[in-house]
Amino acid sequence: MQFDLVSPERELASMDAASVQIPGADGDMTVMADHAPTITTLRPGVLRVEVGGNTHEYVVTGGFAEIGTQGVSVLAERAVAKTDMTQDDMDAMFDEVQDAYNRAKQAADGNSGPVDDAAKLMADIVAVGSEIGLSTKSPSL
Amino acid sequence: MPNLKDLKNRIESVKSTRKITKAMQMVAAAKLRRAQEAAEASRPYAERFTAVMAGLASAAAGSDSAPKLLSGTGSDQTHLLVVMTSERGLCGGFNTNIAKLARTKAQELQAAGKTVKILTVGKKGRDQLKRDFGDAFVGHVDMSEVKRMSYADAQGVAKDVLGRFDALEFDVATIFFSRFQNVVTQIPTAQQIIPFAIPEDYEAGETLYDYEPDEEAILADLLPRAVATAIFSALLENGASEQGARMSAMDNATRNAGDMIDQLTIQYNRSRQAVITNELIEIISGAEAL
Repeated sequence: MQFDLVSPERELASMDAASVQIPGADGDMTVMADHAPTITTLRPGVLRVEVGGNTHEYVVTGGFAEIGTQGVSVLAERAVAKTDMTQDDMDAMFDEVQDAYNRAKQAADGNSGPVDDAAKLMADIVAVGSEIGLSTKSPSL
Repeated sequence: MPNLKDLKNRIESVKSTRKITKAMQMVAAAKLRRAQEAAEASRPYAERFTAVMAGLASAAAGSDSAPKLLSGTGSDQTHLLVVMTSERGLCGGFNTNIAKLARTKAQELQAAGKTVKILTVGKKGRDQLKRDFGDAFVGHVDMSEVKRMSYADAQGVAKDVLGRFDALEFDVATIFFSRFQNVVTQIPTAQQIIPFAIPEDYEAGETLYDYEPDEEAILADLLPRAVATAIFSALLENGASEQGARMSAMDNATRNAGDMIDQLTIQYNRSRQAVITNELIEIISGAEAL
């Protein structure tokens, strides 16, 4: 099954994968050949690609995955191979969502929907951090 | 008739100008290659993104609950023109062409009684449009610190635009930039980004997708990203166009400087010859008089 991972700046991976585990907005899903065509948005998380017994892992945030008859394309706004992840990347990601959260809170106006969404994003980032063994700053809610 | 010393100085100064333009041309050529690579590397993302967006948008268009970024605000009274130009000059007609297109569009809109607001990205466009539309300016994004255009820069511009849209400052947004075709041809282009315009050549695929979460949630999530993606592509195209335009402008300048040196050298040699002839005549007629 063809697997492509692209970010706005470049194509990170294009390979023939056995299975791909995608951090979807509604939960993780593993895609193998002949999966039903699906489009799902991503939450910040770890994307696992299995190729001939090896597992490649990427940290992805924002974007979507398109599962078609030919294979899977993941379009992530930010995608970094897990081994290339540094504390600086992590901090940048965290600051971004903290910033978004603060803005959502300011503009909330009694409507808690966007604030909750931003809080969830933040929690997702913290979860990614602990999953790949990098610490994040503690979220200020 | 300029004297010999003046001519010599003139030739020297044109020679050093030629050195500078030649260097600038080479720098532009190196930068152009990098800019072109960046533009090409971003294409897979933009193409796929647009394809999925077009599918979602054409399905959702017309429904009452469609997001505003897709269906519009229901009015087209206020237009935001996002004019993207370079931070530096000396690149031929690059900035002028973009500014001219934006100016024509703005005048058309104003003649039709619409309100025009202008957001400039890059200093040169601001300078050129300031005189005619100074009071229509709502903001400026400075890119002079940016060495290598990254997606984060585009996101910054997109955030600015989306914030204004949420604050109901405008109804329609159009970006102006130069599409890179090749080194000698760059096409000034206007592209509407809000509301999202479904590409004309879009044809619905045969695959029926499941959506997770539902279509509307995905659409609401992707529409703001589509704005950033469009702006990013435009910025990269602009970057390549700028270097291409500068390269050919500097190539012309180098050639002109060469021609000028040739002409001045001929003139210099003639004057020198005239001086020698004059001196000879003086000596000979002096000797004859004795």
